[in-house]
Amino acid sequence: MTRFAAILLAGFMFAGIAGAAELGPIQADKSRLAFVSKQMGVPVEGEFRKFAVQMSFDPAKPEAGKAQIEIDMASIDAGSAEANEEVVGKNWFNVKQFPKASFVSSSVKALGGNKFEVAGKLTIRDKTRDVAAPFTMAQQGANAQFEGTFTIKRADFGIGQGAWADFDTVANEVQIKFKFVAAAKK
Amino acid sequence: MTNGLSQGRYTATAVTLHWLVALGIFGAFSLGLYMHELPLSPTKLKLYSYHKWAGVTIFLFVLIRLAWRATHPPPPLPAAMPAWQRTVAHALHHLLYLLMVAIPITGWLMSSAKGFQTVWFGLVPLPDLLDKNKELGDTLALVHKTLNLTMAALVISHVAAAVKHHVFDRDDVLARMLPFLDNNKVTR
Repeated sequence: MTRFAAILLAGFMFAGIAGAAELGPIQADKSRLAFVSKQMGVPVEGEFRKFAVQMSFDPAKPEAGKAQIEIDMASIDAGSAEANEEVVGKNWFNVKQFPKASFVSSSVKALGGNKFEVAGKLTIRDKTRDVAAPFTMAQQGANAQFEGTFTIKRADFGIGQGAWADFDTVANEVQIKFKFVAAAKK
Repeated sequence: MTNGLSQGRYTATAVTLHWLVALGIFGAFSLGLYMHELPLSPTKLKLYSYHKWAGVTIFLFVLIRLAWRATHPPPPLPAAMPAWQRTVAHALHHLLYLLMVAIPITGWLMSSAKGFQTVWFGLVPLPDLLDKNKELGDTLALVHKTLNLTMAALVISHVAAAVKHHVFDRDDVLARMLPFLDNNKVTR
């Protein structure tokens, strides 16, 4: 009986960890990768429509969590047709030369409750910088939802050069907002 | 007090508001015509913001003007004016007031629909009354433009009528709206 309970417990634990840690591919229709820039003091939202996320995360063992994100830069929607034409160009993302941006996590820590923070390396264009992003995890039925917001400085990545380099029209700080929904693998 | 002179002139406040709004509209209109053809650049973003700030400011002056107008009746038109001219004059003035209100409002709505909130002087955000919607934004842009061209035509008629009163009718209809001009000196 004791042995049976131990096996059962071990089985539950294994299932529990595996269930939470292994995440299926993210659900594109429920997930979002958006950014808010400030133009002349006006917040303007844009987004990337195509990105791939690979994650494993167990809220009971956050430090073992991993995330890798690859963003298709040509899928950018900067908020208007003329902005879309502009931002793929040399002064901004230079999409021809740098078609992908990426984030690779290096560590995850718990901040208490359902709050966590992921740190890692963000590469846009030819620049790689350390970034940290707080996020929350929420269970939604069979899905896990990860949501967070952090701020980067566009100049750190050489985004917006030439006439756009100074910050009096487009601010240096750009807010990144992400929401990833993934099915927990059974 | 013969030769068709009307009695009194506009109050100094009414004259000041008239010319402030006229100057503002002329500036914002010209800027609007110029900026919308520009290729995207920091300058274009700045000019769009200045245009919106000007629009909000003019709108506030127009509201003050309307309040003043409602509480301070304008001097009567010259007695010699034919009835049809009075009707046209009143209709034109009412249309101008209507456009002074409608044009900034369509500009504001169009900004919201295009996804670029209006933030007055980069400090005071105006609420977005419409969600971002490209088709609606394009429609409102057309409405904004059409109302502006209508106003331009009406302003030309307005100026032509004032000049006609001054030069041909030789009354004080123009003079009483001009600052620094003494009513009594207009006695040609």
